[in-house]
Amino acid sequence: MPPPPAAAPPGSDFAIDVTGVTKRFGSKTVVNAIDLRVRRGEIYGFLGPNGSGKTTFIRMLCGLLTPDAGTGTCLGYDVRTQQSDIKRHVGYMTQKFSYYEDLSIRENLDFIARLYDLPDRRAAVQRSLERLGLANRSHQLAGQLSGGWKQRLSLAACLIHSPQLLLLDEPTAGVDPKARREFWDEIHRLAAEGLTVLITTHYMDEAERCHRLAYLAYGKLLTHGTLDDVLASVRLTTWTVTGPDLLDLAKKIRSLPGIEQVVAFGTTLHVSGRDAAALEASLTSVRDPRHEWNKIRSGLEDVFISLMDSAKDNFA
Amino acid sequence: MSASRFTLHRLWAIVLKEFIQMKRDRVTFGMMVGIPLMQLMLFGFAINSDPKHLPTALRAADQGPFARTFVAALRTSGYFTLTHEATTEAEARRLLQLGEVQFVINIPEDFSRRLLRGERPTLLIEADATDPSATGPALNAVRAIADHVLDRDLTGPLARLHAKAGPIDLQLHAHYNPENITQYNVVPGLMGVVLTMTMVIITALAITRERERGTMENLLSTPVRPIEVMLGKILPYIVVGYIQVTLILVASHFVFHVPMIGSLPLLYAVSLLFIAANLAMGITFSTLAKNQLQAVQMAFFFFLPSILLSGFMFPFRGMPEWAQWVGSVLPNTHYLRIVRGILLKGNGLAEITPHLWPLLAFLVVAMAIGVKRYRQTLD
Ligand SMILES: Nc1ncnc2c1ncn2[C@@H]1O[C@H](COP(=O)(O)OP(=O)(O)OP(=O)(O)O)[C@@H](O)[C@H]1O
Ligand SMILES: [Mg+2]
Repeated sequence: MPPPPAAAPPGSDFAIDVTGVTKRFGSKTVVNAIDLRVRRGEIYGFLGPNGSGKTTFIRMLCGLLTPDAGTGTCLGYDVRTQQSDIKRHVGYMTQKFSYYEDLSIRENLDFIARLYDLPDRRAAVQRSLERLGLANRSHQLAGQLSGGWKQRLSLAACLIHSPQLLLLDEPTAGVDPKARREFWDEIHRLAAEGLTVLITTHYMDEAERCHRLAYLAYGKLLTHGTLDDVLASVRLTTWTVTGPDLLDLAKKIRSLPGIEQVVAFGTTLHVSGRDAAALEASLTSVRDPRHEWNKIRSGLEDVFISLMDSAKDNFA
Repeated sequence: MSASRFTLHRLWAIVLKEFIQMKRDRVTFGMMVGIPLMQLMLFGFAINSDPKHLPTALRAADQGPFARTFVAALRTSGYFTLTHEATTEAEARRLLQLGEVQFVINIPEDFSRRLLRGERPTLLIEADATDPSATGPALNAVRAIADHVLDRDLTGPLARLHAKAGPIDLQLHAHYNPENITQYNVVPGLMGVVLTMTMVIITALAITRERERGTMENLLSTPVRPIEVMLGKILPYIVVGYIQVTLILVASHFVFHVPMIGSLPLLYAVSLLFIAANLAMGITFSTLAKNQLQAVQMAFFFFLPSILLSGFMFPFRGMPEWAQWVGSVLPNTHYLRIVRGILLKGNGLAEITPHLWPLLAFLVVAMAIGVKRYRQTLD
């Protein structure tokens, strides 16, 4: 990857720096006063349940939607007025595959390269084909590719103009574990070269590979920070239990005070709640010598579900 | 928004992409060539370019020399073959009705006598004009014959009979289709119809398809400008439009022997305006439609008046005023007149200019709405 253009736009250490960004569709507020700062060179994970407004937020960052309220900059350019400058320096990978299925890999890349008016187009296309291991498939039609290869093509296409910021909207949905891992290795290589990456995902293992995270629900930013910050932001207590008749136990404890989540993981049950004292009191009441109880560190998923549940109480 | 400027590079990128997609989509390309040919064949069945030896019944109440000369002249013209002799009017009418004959020639009893007295006797020719393309040329031939056939007979003292509008009062009565649209109108008219149909549908799908397949979101996230996308989608289909024009002209000439009196380069040049107007209309539909089905419906909605109210199906002046008003907004109406004018009447630029302005106005308005409606964001 060639280094970012010398004429770096004015601005701070932040590739994304927005405050109060809001988007309404009709009477529905889909993105509600979000503040977000993403440092240059950072991999920023953007998480949230379906319909929480992740795609909408990203579209506002890259100039596809105009925010109803809020201000800020993306790569130093104003998100409301300098959309065409933003477009030139951002690589956006849409949630749905959005290249031409009736064009070959090379033709798709060539088309995108032309739209960005790249000075040495042929070389740029060849470089990106090689970098992502697409060179010997370059004549295959995009429509005939499997999910993993489509994803590589999309990544190659949104990198072709050497952007400074990558906005990746669920790039690994429907991709097998090995391909996902390779994809993430690639993302880390890019970040090491100075690229900023904002990436949405529903996979917790991927969330853990980000430098920082943000969690969104009902259009609101519920928490953000490093993995530890996020885990600490909700004081969740989680116990595991193993033993016989877990299904009965789950049914029994679900309605007890202080118990907010009861989730089965194979032969163990995870029981969590925000009020540690109430939770432990409830657990004592159902103690059975056949069961083995352990207190563990709450996982990201438990934290997110807890966040979503409390958000539902507040906003929905 | 800080403007990124129009560049030919990006325009060319879109044009190239459209051509590749066109090349890959064999079915659509086949349709674009197939539709003109199919329509020509369909309409062509009704067109016998130079129909001759048409069955004719003679009802001659007068067998005098003038009448015989007239009938002989009709025969030698090649258009008429006397297949029946009718004695009564009813009999003649029945032959016409059954389609046994195309024409009935009625020579009245006192034809020769009145001719000699200079009273311009009436000679009635009845025609079955259900297929006007068949009767048109024959009837034209009759007119010429009526005026000059007796020249040789009317010499010496009879020469005075030439004096007036012609010695015979020729009455042509077209049954079943009094409007008499002639054959040559159909094939040139077909050019406008075929182009309207294919051009509008093709481009109506152009942007809707991108939106439906999700490629629009990608396109919008690049620096490409709306006008570059629009022009880039129009230009390749101008080439297709010219292929269609050429196909129709070649078929008109070699298969249907349509006369081409005027300048073909002029016709090609002004066709650009018409093709572009239809493409712009299609693009505009495409920015309005929510999905491809809607786009096709809109194209159809445009196509129907273009075929019905343009003067292609029905004579323009026979239509009610509101229909004429609608018709004169449609590009096809003007193009029809231009094509017929150039091909059949040998019109030059001066004569067709009044029809160029409406085309140009339509193009500009359609394009402006299209560019305005083309959303550069997904809002
Ligand atoms: N153009 C639009 N018009 C109206 N509503 C919209 C539009 N785009 C999105 N929405 C609504 O906004 C909400 C947020 O959608 P968005 O696509 O941003 O969610 P998301 O977080 O990306 O979800 P997912 O994880 O499923 O991709 C949804 O309820 C959606 O129905
Ligand atoms: Mg989404």
